[in-house]
Amino acid sequence: MSFLQEIKSRDRVFDFLAPQSSRVDVRHGPILYLEDVSVSFDGFKAINKLNLTIDDGELRCIIGPNGAGKTTMMDIITGKTRPNEGSVWFGSRHNLLHMNEPEIASLGIGRKFQKPTVFEALSVFENLELAMAADKRILATLTARMTGEIQDHIDEVLVLIGLTALRHRPAGILSHGQKQWLEIGMLLMQRPRLLLVDEPVAGMTEQEMERTAELLTSLAGQQSVVVVEHDMGFVRSIARKVTVLHQGSVLAEGSMDQVSNDPKVIEVYLGADEEVA
Amino acid sequence: MTSSHSTRFWLLRPFGERTTQLFLGVLLAALALVTVLHVALPQGHALHVNAYTVNLFGKYLSYALLAVAVDLVWGYLGILSLGHGAFFALGGYAMGMYLMRQIGDRGTYGHPVLPDFMVFLNWESLPWYWQGFDMAWFAFAMVLLAPGLLALVFGFLAFRSRVTGVYLSIITQALTFALMLAFFRNEMGFGGNNGLTDFREILGFNLRSSDTRLGLFLASGVALALGYLLCRAIVTSKLGRVCVATRDAEARTRFLGYRVERFQLFVFVVSAMLAGVAGALYVPQVGIINPSEFSPLFSIEIVLWVALGGRATLYGAVIGAILVNYAKTVFTGVMPDAWLFALGGLFVLVTVLLPKGVAGLFAHLRRRHVTQPQEASA
Amino acid sequence: MRRFLSKAFVCALLLGLLPAALAQTDAPPTDDAGYRLLETLDVDSYRAKGEAITAILQSDDERAREWLQALLDGRLQRTDDGRFVVVLNNTGRDWPVEDALSGEPLGELSRRELDRIGINNALRNQLRSAIAVVDLYSPNVERRRSSADRLLGEVDDELFETLTPVIEEAEDDYVRRRLAQAVAIHQAENGEMEGVEALAGSLHPRARVALNRATHADDPAVADAARAALASVEQNLKINRGVETLYFGLSLGSVLVLAAIGLAITFGVMGVINMAHGELMMLGAYTTWMMQQLLPGQPGLALLLSIPAGFVVAALAGIAIERSVIQFLKGRPLETLLATFGISLILQQLVRTVISPLNRTVVTPEWMSGSLIINDALSLTLNRLYVMGFALFVFAALMLVMRRTRLGLEVRAVTQNRAMARSMGIRATRVDILTFALGSGVAGLAGVALSQLTNVGPNLGQNYIIDSFMVVVFGGVGNLWGTLVAGLSLGVINQVLEPWAGAVLAKIIVLVFIILFIQKRPRGLFPQKGRAAEG
Repeated sequence: MSFLQEIKSRDRVFDFLAPQSSRVDVRHGPILYLEDVSVSFDGFKAINKLNLTIDDGELRCIIGPNGAGKTTMMDIITGKTRPNEGSVWFGSRHNLLHMNEPEIASLGIGRKFQKPTVFEALSVFENLELAMAADKRILATLTARMTGEIQDHIDEVLVLIGLTALRHRPAGILSHGQKQWLEIGMLLMQRPRLLLVDEPVAGMTEQEMERTAELLTSLAGQQSVVVVEHDMGFVRSIARKVTVLHQGSVLAEGSMDQVSNDPKVIEVYLGADEEVA
Repeated sequence: MTSSHSTRFWLLRPFGERTTQLFLGVLLAALALVTVLHVALPQGHALHVNAYTVNLFGKYLSYALLAVAVDLVWGYLGILSLGHGAFFALGGYAMGMYLMRQIGDRGTYGHPVLPDFMVFLNWESLPWYWQGFDMAWFAFAMVLLAPGLLALVFGFLAFRSRVTGVYLSIITQALTFALMLAFFRNEMGFGGNNGLTDFREILGFNLRSSDTRLGLFLASGVALALGYLLCRAIVTSKLGRVCVATRDAEARTRFLGYRVERFQLFVFVVSAMLAGVAGALYVPQVGIINPSEFSPLFSIEIVLWVALGGRATLYGAVIGAILVNYAKTVFTGVMPDAWLFALGGLFVLVTVLLPKGVAGLFAHLRRRHVTQPQEASA
Repeated sequence: MRRFLSKAFVCALLLGLLPAALAQTDAPPTDDAGYRLLETLDVDSYRAKGEAITAILQSDDERAREWLQALLDGRLQRTDDGRFVVVLNNTGRDWPVEDALSGEPLGELSRRELDRIGINNALRNQLRSAIAVVDLYSPNVERRRSSADRLLGEVDDELFETLTPVIEEAEDDYVRRRLAQAVAIHQAENGEMEGVEALAGSLHPRARVALNRATHADDPAVADAARAALASVEQNLKINRGVETLYFGLSLGSVLVLAAIGLAITFGVMGVINMAHGELMMLGAYTTWMMQQLLPGQPGLALLLSIPAGFVVAALAGIAIERSVIQFLKGRPLETLLATFGISLILQQLVRTVISPLNRTVVTPEWMSGSLIINDALSLTLNRLYVMGFALFVFAALMLVMRRTRLGLEVRAVTQNRAMARSMGIRATRVDILTFALGSGVAGLAGVALSQLTNVGPNLGQNYIIDSFMVVVFGGVGNLWGTLVAGLSLGVINQVLEPWAGAVLAKIIVLVFIILFIQKRPRGLFPQKGRAAEG
């Protein structure tokens, strides 16, 4: 990334005039649109001319071997990493490359990290409270008061993620699976248009996995969901459309059956993976 | 716990907390006790608190306020500032400039406007940045504005670029070091090496009288109480939880849609202003302000007070500041050479053995106290 | 023999008389002869004294130069009982003296017992030139050179006549150039074109004075030529001053590199903030001082031995710090910072109590003192040159250790992925200890080098710690090359700023510059890229 670009993008952090209108224009179909995106670290091309389109309300699974660029792609969409070239559009109105993380988040893109990250010192309840869609400016948060309405909303989500009993315990004491759930709960509080979910079932038991699959499929339709996952069983259980990434670009796209029969995919990835073979 | 989610107005929220009630109770009782022992008992009485001691306690209280300011950014925001001494000193200099102007023509050289050191340097007129400091309201405003503005500019640049953690610590240290070098220069117009001293009166009260000293002591106590309440109100608000979230997982907070750098900046500026107030209360009580307050050693010492007391508790910072400074007074009186050994040892002991400080020890003891009877009955 | 003859000839010319007394030199001088020579000095008439000086010169007595020098300095005196003595030191109340003839020490005499042989300004000039000319024929080449140096700007009409033939005769190239310059200065002062032309590009201050005077010459051609020559001299001087600033900058920079490079290992590679790094440098410096106390009279050997000793002492101290404190604070950088700061306070106070709160003097060995003279406007102090070389050596050695040894490989493996490295059989704890020992040892080396440049005292480390951190951060953490470039460039920037901003302001400007720079590029000049850097 050139120095100039860096300065330009940094300036945007305090650009008070940045458009706040979060009405995402999806009249033309796609909610997320990546075109010819490339990014390299020290000469290594993590993403190479990547093209990807996600339709509104779609549930998409993205698979690929380690180093295929899955997490980097998420970083680009959420504004953590700036690509060297290419364009990323949210709907047909918002150019994500001109926004920073909070702006993108408040536009309605939520993200669950590969490693579950919750605020360990805060209680489960407080974690959800912070995630809630609300005015997130300084004065508003300073003077924010708890209302019955908010309480009810949080309680609903607590029930959904099965953490009602632990609501006032610090998130740090939760098990790995519970943290995953809490993070999904936080995403739900955010009410995003697009959910990016990185390895949601890692460290979960069979039942937990089933409930997660259920939850994610139920979300699709109202919200678009992009799932990055290694667990092929899980992918098969939820996927309608699968994208295979390899060396930073799309290798194949289609239904799970189409993809798993694609000779290219078998050669670079699936062939080596017992779970699918 | 539920009190922190209370539906009350944010500034009133701390009054519902047990720790805050306890803290305010102890602080006010201590202020009252010292006042009574100082005023009501005759000199020579075994329990009489003399003016020197009152002054000393006042100094501790201003240090305690400074420690609270540091705990706000370190404990709750995770920003270890090694340059808070700079904000303290700036507040102190603003107050010092006011006190200098109050000397009027009673200085050694008897110049009606120019402070002694300017006459000594053959300066013809008051530099522009000394204008207005003869007015108390202006000077007191500057006590807040000067450190606040520095924190705003520095914090804006630093947080915007996401300079955090150790890097931020190092450049805050460089900041206060650069300011120290700058204030040592006579050309800066702040008295160079010697700083500002020989103060006479504040708001018309003679600084050498014991009543004024008592007044300053009480003012420091009240400022500490108010500062504590303000910080408590901030940390119990949703904003406080955003701070803790930022401290523990900055990237995550950003992805939730919070503009982390603005929260950091806001709290950093509030903390710097509190430090400035502490400096302004400190200066009339010790009678001098010089560039040594900018020294990196002092700034890092403040952090030790907070670490010893226990970070992210606020009252721990107060305890730590008073304990360390009391120990310093005792040590430097009895065996001055040993003080730096003790201070250095404290740094090591607290970080290795007592990471949660004295407050953590309290909490630990209380838990044991609560759980033991249960175990006994089981 | 030829030398003797030409000398006699020169002396004769110098004083404008070819005396018959030349015959005297036929007879070998005895002490009596020397006494007689000196006795002719003790007269009232300055004219007679001048003749006596000439006689002494022509006597070719071996002691003549010493007598003349003593006479010039006012140290040739006569006792009440008529002996001639040379006062060795005339500062106290009683002066140690030696016999002017035999050179034997005669103990101390009070100034009342002595009678000085007085001279006037004319004689003083005569003596100076005479001594210089005598020295031009000294068998010692250093003495001939310094004599030629002293003649710059001292040439008058008489000396000019004397020197012109000598220039041709001088065997030493340096002496010849100097004498030519001295003559040219004289000519330029007299407004002669020849001198002005010869002085073009000459950097000596006296040459500049002469050219300046020549700009007021009657002959406009000469004045113009002088102005042109002066301009070229100024240009030349500017370049030299630039080179000098660069040298000082690089010297300061190499000190910064030395101080920071150990930090680059512990902070950059291990992620450990060691605020006691400066005190480890201080230990290295004190090791040098100790060594010199143990080996009195051999400062050079002591210094060389201090290099391994300083490394070992600081490395052991580093290991002690790592084992006793840092290992318990893994992954808590801010706590590590505070704890090591505490250690730095303890170490400082320890030195103050055990050794002394005052600065200790570390002797610079002879082969390191003095300077390398490039030209009249530029000389490079040797100790700085050595420190520069040492810094580069340490840097190269460290690069080698990190790139080419098993330890370096393991260190890089552990830093990048601790768990993975462990599972591959690397003993991470051992690597931690060794890395920290290495970084600390390098701090010790920095201290040894610093002892040659600054005062060795308890505050030595404190003065460098902030600068060192700035260098590491500026260069980009985890990058040794970055540390090198950052250290050297900060040193140069500082020296470039100093002339117009003053030392303190220059330092402030550099600090502010770095603070601003970090805002723009939080990862320094040479950032680490990729996933590993995202953490």
